[in-house]
Amino acid sequence: MSTLTLLALTGLGLGALYFLIASGLSLIFGLMDVLNFAHGAFLTAGAYAAWWADGHLPFYLAVAFGVAVGAAIAAVVETALIRGLYARPREQILVTVGLGLAIPALIQGVWGADARTVTPPKALAGTVGLLGARVPTDRFVLLAAALAVFAGLKVFLAKTRYGLVVRAGVEDRAMVTALGIDVRKAFTLVFAIGGALAGLAGALGGVYFGSVSPGQGTSLLIFAFVVVVIGGLGSTDGVALAAIAVGLIQQFTNYYAASGLGDLAVVVMLALVLLVRGNPVLDRVAASVGAAVKSSVGRAA
Amino acid sequence: MILELDDVRVTLGGSQILQGVSFPVAPTGVTALLGRNGVGKTTTVKAILGLVPRTGTIRFHGEGLHRLRTHEIVRRGIGYAPEDRGVFAKLTVTENLALAERRGAQHAYDLVYELFPELKTRGAQPAGTLSGGQQQMVAIGRTLLNDNRLLVIDEPTKGLAPKVVTEVAEVLERAAERVPMLLVEQNLALVKRLAGDGVVLAAGQVVHRGPVSELLADAELTRELLGVGQARGVGQTLGVGRTLGVGQTVGVGQTRRERSDTSSHPAPSRGTTDPRSIVKDRQPPKEVSAPESTRSDAP
Ligand SMILES: Nc1ncnc2c1ncn2[C@@H]1O[C@H](COP(=O)(O)OP(=O)(O)OP(=O)(O)O)[C@@H](O)[C@H]1O
Ligand SMILES: [Mg+2]
Repeated sequence: MSTLTLLALTGLGLGALYFLIASGLSLIFGLMDVLNFAHGAFLTAGAYAAWWADGHLPFYLAVAFGVAVGAAIAAVVETALIRGLYARPREQILVTVGLGLAIPALIQGVWGADARTVTPPKALAGTVGLLGARVPTDRFVLLAAALAVFAGLKVFLAKTRYGLVVRAGVEDRAMVTALGIDVRKAFTLVFAIGGALAGLAGALGGVYFGSVSPGQGTSLLIFAFVVVVIGGLGSTDGVALAAIAVGLIQQFTNYYAASGLGDLAVVVMLALVLLVRGNPVLDRVAASVGAAVKSSVGRAA
Repeated sequence: MILELDDVRVTLGGSQILQGVSFPVAPTGVTALLGRNGVGKTTTVKAILGLVPRTGTIRFHGEGLHRLRTHEIVRRGIGYAPEDRGVFAKLTVTENLALAERRGAQHAYDLVYELFPELKTRGAQPAGTLSGGQQQMVAIGRTLLNDNRLLVIDEPTKGLAPKVVTEVAEVLERAAERVPMLLVEQNLALVKRLAGDGVVLAAGQVVHRGPVSELLADAELTRELLGVGQARGVGQTLGVGRTLGVGQTVGVGQTRRERSDTSSHPAPSRGTTDPRSIVKDRQPPKEVSAPESTRSDAP
């Protein structure tokens, strides 16, 4: 029983991380059709920012700094690099993939390739007794953060003018502009929100994993993409459920089957979901990638 | 002229869709943009709104629209109801309308809800679950919410039942009394009833301009330009025209103004500032179901 509890909460913690990454990805892709391969790099940047600031600031401020860095990088990337490329999917993919490689490389250049240990504050270092298990406190912090973000996103989307613009933009961007709305402001905002959430995932992920490393964000990003495909575009509920499912399945398979099989289990789960349900997200991804390929072929010809 | 197109060209997917389109839109009343399927009417409208890349000049109240982005063009005072209605299916009716609210303007909800009471009662319904006619009302409602200086309406009656066409026509007629309109429409009875000037496109070029009444009075010319009289006319296939003929409801060959002058019903007051007067002066509905239509996508 205690093992089950520990596994479940560890899986949920992982799911919470996935949710923080995937909710931003899903909004960005849903609204802008941008497959943001740089999202993992935003996470890594946030993780290192929080790790660096942790030496100088109280922990919660260090986390806030990580969030701010994630948001700032995302906003700058959107305005300076992605904005000019909305009609050019091929270049877009090249740019985000490039950033996804360059930012971790830069970090590696400054702080080295080795993982840096994160020392959590005393309040988070301990464990909490639950159903006979000693569960590390950071799991609960991650879960609480993910729940707060979930609620915050729902309120943002349902109750605010920008949320309305984002939901409408996910359906039909051109029509939003044809109503006199500058949809690009919403683009920048959504990118910044996604970056902030990635930064938060990085800062809290450092505590969860006990360390930060340059490749951390990229390896998490793969699973976040799976979560988005399973969960749906711009659907906060769907992404949350998918994140929980992926986190739990991965954790339980790693423990009960063999370490490493968890990743495979996630892939199998993805395949099953796609087989049973078909997938509008994937169709849209395929269309977007297809357009990119076509534009390359067109240019080569 | 409130809107003036000069040598507008659009290339899409490698083919030149508009090959130098030039025409003015009259400062009052309805200017009809006509032509057979696929001649570039929708593309022209999209070019005006900056929804497709274009060359040439487009002036709105003398201001060149070329360097402006779509939302900036719309904020100059253009209300746009696109061909496919452009409602956001997952958003509620109320949210669809709220999205169209532009800052700094008064929002004429009174007017919209009086013209379309259903939009109020169905406010919480996702717009995707509305009927085609109701969706069109959302689309037109959104254009009337703001204080626009021009309405651009693309095929508002496409795919609607005759009774709904009549309702939409009434609303358009009342809207046109306050705001000039560029109307793409293939229902010629409706065009006859609403439009003063007409512009006919063929293969991405303007092939005819002039009063709609004159064009439609000339059966030969109408057939040549708009393809009416071919076996695909709606009237022939639906048999609607026999009971609701154009000639019986709208004097053929008369212009809109002559008609309201000689009408037995009191003409709605013009130039009024009270949005409600549009509703108050409601005339008995005139049937405008098309016996003649150039629409070839009809069943
Ligand atoms: N994105 C595009 N790529 C290539 N061709 C296009 C594109 N959009 C439109 N066209 C073509 O441009 C032509 C004009 O289309 P448009 O929609 O403007 O016609 P229309 O006059 O509005 O027709 P309808 O009466 O059927 O609405 C058509 O032949 C259409 O196939
Ligand atoms: Mg059209």
